Formats: sequence, C-alpha cells, structure tokens
Amino acid sequence: MASLRQIAFYGKGGIGKSTTSQNTLAALAEMGEKILIVGCDPKADSTRLILHAKAQNSVLSLAAEAGSVEDLELADVLKEGYRGIRCVESGGPEPGVGCAGRGVITAINFLEENGAYEGMDYVSYDVLGDVVCGGFAMPIRENKAQEIYIVMSGEMMALYAANNIAKGVLKYASSGGVRLGGLICNSRMTDKELDLAEALSKRLNSKLIHFVPRDNIVQHAELRRMTVLEYDPECQQAEEYRQLARKIHANGGKGTIPTPITMEELEEMLMEFGILKPEDETIVGRSKKAVVA
Amino acid sequence: MDAELKAARKQLVADVLSEYPEKTAKKRAKHINVYDEGNSDCGVKSNIKSIPGVMTVRGCAYAGAKGVVWGPIKDMVHISHGPVGCGQYSWAQRRNYVSDGVTGVTSWVTMQVTSDFQEKDIVFGGDKKLVKVINEIESLFPLNKGISIMSECPVGLIGDDIEAVSKKVTKEIGKVIAPVRCEGFRGVSQSLGHHIANDVMRDYIVDRAPPAPEAWVSTPYDVLIVGDYNIGGDAWSSRILLEEMGLRVIGQWSGDGSVGEIENGPRAKLNLIHCYRSMNYICRHMEEKYGIPWIEYNFFGPSQIAKSLRAIAALFDEKIQDGAERVIAKYQSLVEGILAKYKPRLAGKKIMLYVGGLRPRHVSDAYGDLGMEVTATGYEFAHSDDYQRTTEYIKDGTLVYDDASEFELEHFVKTLRPDLVGSGIKEKYGTQKMGVPFRQMHSWDYSGPYHGYDGFAIFARDMDLAVNNPVWKMHKAPWGEE
Repeated sequence: MASLRQIAFYGKGGIGKSTTSQNTLAALAEMGEKILIVGCDPKADSTRLILHAKAQNSVLSLAAEAGSVEDLELADVLKEGYRGIRCVESGGPEPGVGCAGRGVITAINFLEENGAYEGMDYVSYDVLGDVVCGGFAMPIRENKAQEIYIVMSGEMMALYAANNIAKGVLKYASSGGVRLGGLICNSRMTDKELDLAEALSKRLNSKLIHFVPRDNIVQHAELRRMTVLEYDPECQQAEEYRQLARKIHANGGKGTIPTPITMEELEEMLMEFGILKPEDETIVGRSKKAVVA
Repeated sequence: MDAELKAARKQLVADVLSEYPEKTAKKRAKHINVYDEGNSDCGVKSNIKSIPGVMTVRGCAYAGAKGVVWGPIKDMVHISHGPVGCGQYSWAQRRNYVSDGVTGVTSWVTMQVTSDFQEKDIVFGGDKKLVKVINEIESLFPLNKGISIMSECPVGLIGDDIEAVSKKVTKEIGKVIAPVRCEGFRGVSQSLGHHIANDVMRDYIVDRAPPAPEAWVSTPYDVLIVGDYNIGGDAWSSRILLEEMGLRVIGQWSGDGSVGEIENGPRAKLNLIHCYRSMNYICRHMEEKYGIPWIEYNFFGPSQIAKSLRAIAALFDEKIQDGAERVIAKYQSLVEGILAKYKPRLAGKKIMLYVGGLRPRHVSDAYGDLGMEVTATGYEFAHSDDYQRTTEYIKDGTLVYDDASEFELEHFVKTLRPDLVGSGIKEKYGTQKMGVPFRQMHSWDYSGPYHGYDGFAIFARDMDLAVNNPVWKMHKAPWGEE
C-alpha cells in the first residue's frame, strides 16, 4: 500500500467545495484509488453525491443516541458509495446550539482511533466554509491533512476567504506538517477570473491547480444526487474533474508554506485587476448634508 | 511605628520584588505596601488580573457564586451545571451549617448535584439535559423550594441559553429557577461571581417576591442578616445578640438561609451586612428600590461587638438602645473570663493574615482584644473600597498585600516570623513546616463559630491552641539544635 494521503478542501461557504471535492474524488476512484471522505460540516451534506442520499447517520447523531462515541462501531457510520468510496459525516448540532467545532474534533478522533483510515489511499476532509474556531481547524493540525486545497472563484469574498484560509494553514504549517496544495478555481464567470486566481495563487506562494469551468451539467447531476462522473462520464466537465484529479494525484508532497497577504495588499491586487475601485478618501465619514455644504 | 522598623518592612517588600522578572516586579509592586498612618487607603491596587505563574490562591466566578452566595441556601437544590469536576471538587468545601431539615428531603446544602456534561452535551448543547435534570430534581426532591443553575465554563463557551430554560421551567413548576451565569473564566477572581450571584438573587427572588402572607405582622425591628454564611455556626451566634437586644431577624442571607428568608428581604427595616464584599450589591439595590438602609457590622471580638451593637441600636429607638447595653453588660463577665484566661498567654503575639472577604480587617480587633497584633494582612479578591475600610483597623507600618502569591507569603512568613499565620488550607502546611503556628481563617479550621461573644470564647481558645501548642518547641531536629 502506498502511504496514505490526507487532503482537505476548504473555501468560502457556497463556493462549491463539496461538489468540486466529490467530483474530483470520484475521478480519483476511477483511477483505482481507495478513498475515504470525512465530511466536517454539521449539515452533513459532504457525501450526498457519492451516496445518492443526504444526511446519512453521522458520527455525532449516532453518538448522541447511543450515549457517547465510545458506544459506536465504525461500521455504524461508514457507508460505501460510488466506486467503493467510503463516506463518513461528522455531523453536529442544529444551528444555534452546542459546539460544532468540538463535534468535528470528537468525530475525527473516533475515526482515527477505530482504524477508519486503514487500507485507504486517500482521506479527504470537507470542511465547512469558515474556520470559525479551533474545531474546524482540526483537519489541518499535525498528523491530519498534509495538503490543503482551497476552492475559490473570482469573486471578491472568495478571494478574501482564500487568503484567510492560507493564514490558518500558515499557522499550522510552522507547528505541524500541513502545506497548501494549491488553489482550485471553481469558475463563477467573473471578470478576469483566471488571471486573478493565478495572481492570488502566486502571491500566496502556491499555484492554481486547476481552473474548473462553469457547466450546467454539474447542476443536472446534482439534482440526481450524483457526481458528473457518474451521471455523464463522457461529458467535457467529467474530463475537467479527471484532469484536476490527476493533478492532485501528482501533487503529493509538493505543497508549499503559504505567504498570506495583508488586507491592503489584497485590495491593491483587486484594484490592479479593476475589480475594486480606489476609494475616494475625501468622502469617508461625511454625511450627505456635509458634502452638499 | 519607629522609622527603622518601617524601613526594614519596606526593604522586605523590595527584597520580594527583586526576585521577580522586571515586568512582574513592576506589576506586583503596585499590590504590596507598608501602610502609612493617616492615608485613606492601604496604597495597594486591587481587583486586577493575577499574573500567570505566581500561584495565586484566588478562586473563580463559579466559586464566588456557588460556593459563597447561593450554596448555603438550604431549601434549594444547586446544580453545578457542566462537567462533573467543578461540583465534585467544591463539594461541601464551606461549612455552611443548617439548623433544620433532613438532607435529601428538605435540605440539600451538603449534596453535590451536577448535570455531569459529556462530550455530546458540549456538541449538541446542554439545555435539554438541564430541563431533564430539573425535572429529575423535582421528582426526587419534591419539597425543594427552588433550584439554582450554576453555570460552569463550557456552558458559557457553547452559548447555552439557561435563562430560556429557567423561563420555560419556571412556568411549568412554579418555583424559583435561578440561572446564574458564573462561568469561571469571567472576571479576575471569585469576586465577580459574588456580583453575578447578587444580581440573579435580585432578579429571580427578591424583586419577584410574592406579597407578605396575611399572617405576616411587620414590626419596626425587622432586620436582615446579610453576608453571613454561617461558617461553623457564625450566623447563629450573631443572631442571638441581635434578638437579645430586641430586634427581629427576618432572614439570614445566606447562611442557614431559605428561599422564604430571601423573599422576606423587601420587608426589612434595616439590612445588617457582615461580608460587605460579597453582598453589598444587593444591599445597594434594596436601598434604591425599597428604601431599606444598610449598615456594616463586625461581630469579631468584644470591642467590635460592642461598637457594632451600639451603632445598630443607634438606628432604632431607646428600647433597642437599652437592649444593646443590656446585651453588652450581660456578656461582660464572660468576656472578662476569656481575657483573664487567654490574654496572658497570647499578649504581644504577632499575626500575619491572608484571607478573603472581610476577615483581613474584621478579625483584627478580636486579636487586639487578646493583646495580639496584626502586623501583616491582605485580601485575595478585594476591591479598593475594601482597602479603604481596612485603614480603620490597621496600624502604621502594617504590611499589606493584595492577591499575594505563595512565594510572597512564604517569604514574608520566613522573614517576619510571626507567632501565628491565619490563612487558608493551601497555606497551612507550608507554614507549619516552617515551624510557624497556623489557623485556617476561611473554615475556622473546622472549629467555630467565631462570631459573637460565644464565638469569641472559641476564637481565643483556638488561637491559644495554635500559638502555645508544645509541638512548636519540638520541631527542630536534634542535630539542628546548635
């Protein structure tokens, strides 16, 4: 068995992390890789395209029923989906109560202690949009994911988020072994999107792994709770994900320590590309009345 | 105090500070001082975050709220809400005696009740479990008069809504359900816990108190004892004096107290506050809202007892004033007996104190009555108003330390070599190993009461037991004699 590769997908909420990661992992499975997906999102929807079903029994919901995680068996929470991809969802509380971050920590510890990673070629963590607390940084701590892939687009907030995630990776890169694998641009067809994505990748001391074009077939597949690779393996979009999968496969050990940039630098970059207009400092803090007078 | 001795004390402070890293020394310097007579405060800063690594002996907000203010209320069940440790390791830590009731049936002071958080409660939130715990308490202990929810740290971290639980459950069971947000990480010491506890007591009992029952007959002599936690029976020996002088004590807050006594609060004519630090907040509230005046008193040692009885009586009519004199006269011979027996054995002895609440000042004159002298004193969690009040008690040249570290205390004990140290359990054995007599002044070393005339007899005996114990002549190893 080749050594286990642990990777994680991060990115702004709604950017298409779960879609991109599941399609890519399906393509990796096509290549014969044995894969475990660990969904680290209380919504527990990181594996629905692989399993054709939403919200399987999550580690935490079962643990809550049984009393504690110690009462669970691995088989209770592991489900196999498309091409033998194994899926686990950490699950977590409903919005507004409890501590989802602690839930992620609990779930990942449970999986490790119970040997869920044995015999796998890849473990992939799909983490909720914002790294709001230590729990959601669990997958990038020592001995977890070696490479982080940031899913982003040309939208401003996605770029901010990507830079912020790079900061998180940097923090743990110095204390552990985590590296930034690269950026994946999930196109939103914004202006100069490719250029921006490449420029940001460069500033972050990383690279744009792949530019995934926008294609409605992804939505068609999603409606059927399927990956594109399963729904229409012949289509061009499936080929894009295969390319991405091959690039990630070849990227093992090539991650870098990111160099996140300051807010000012990021804004300057956006101005360079004409996304952000220079601020007129003379109008800041002046009311309408004051301007008129 | 003569200038040379005072200079030596100041040098002692400098010596202690010189052991610290520069930054720490700079900070600690503001908390240690040699008192100059005539100043309106002790010249120390207080109520500031402790410096990491100095081994402070302070507690946390939970300790202040549960351990001090709410815990002694006997007919309530107090839930340590969170993981098991906070409740388990604070279980029966203070000797809050209760006068009646059967444990587990009508009184729960000595019981440990906790929601015992597990991982799933952290992840999914503990509100549902709290409802379950409350319902279980209701079915197990139906005679309880109320339940307090003492929030431990994780409850605050995960944002559980214990107020909403209280609201919901109060409607269902119609009893006091007091949510106390005393998470230990709040504030710099247990002091904030006292304040939070006072606020909840105000909002959930005092201001919601039902009108007096028909049978209730008000008298002009109705008073409340506030801030006496009945350690070793202190509140009882205080109550005796107040009743003997003609006052009617309508509540003890909260030592040997009950929900009914808290609800009586707004009917008092005067609030008598013993531990100012932990319950001044609610006295101020009752003054504002119900127009009830309050007065601090000190029932340690005959001179302070007489002074306090007269000060309290002065706020009432002649009947009470005569009553006070009668009480003072009644115990005169007891006092004389105590002094005749113990003063010769204790006179001239020097004491070093380090306690909380009010004791670093209040016990000073009780020692004085025995001819002893407090040469150093300090508080764990006082505020500036406590240090102002302290100036009434201490003499010129007294060493004063705020939030003292173990190192500082040890150094002071070693250098000053007092005849007696009064502090807590954490200081006890270290001090005794240095060959210095020690009394626990939080728990009265499992003795007491120390309040009132009865208490003074026990106080004098206990100090004598410690100071004149023959063991102190034997603690040197034979080979260390020369």
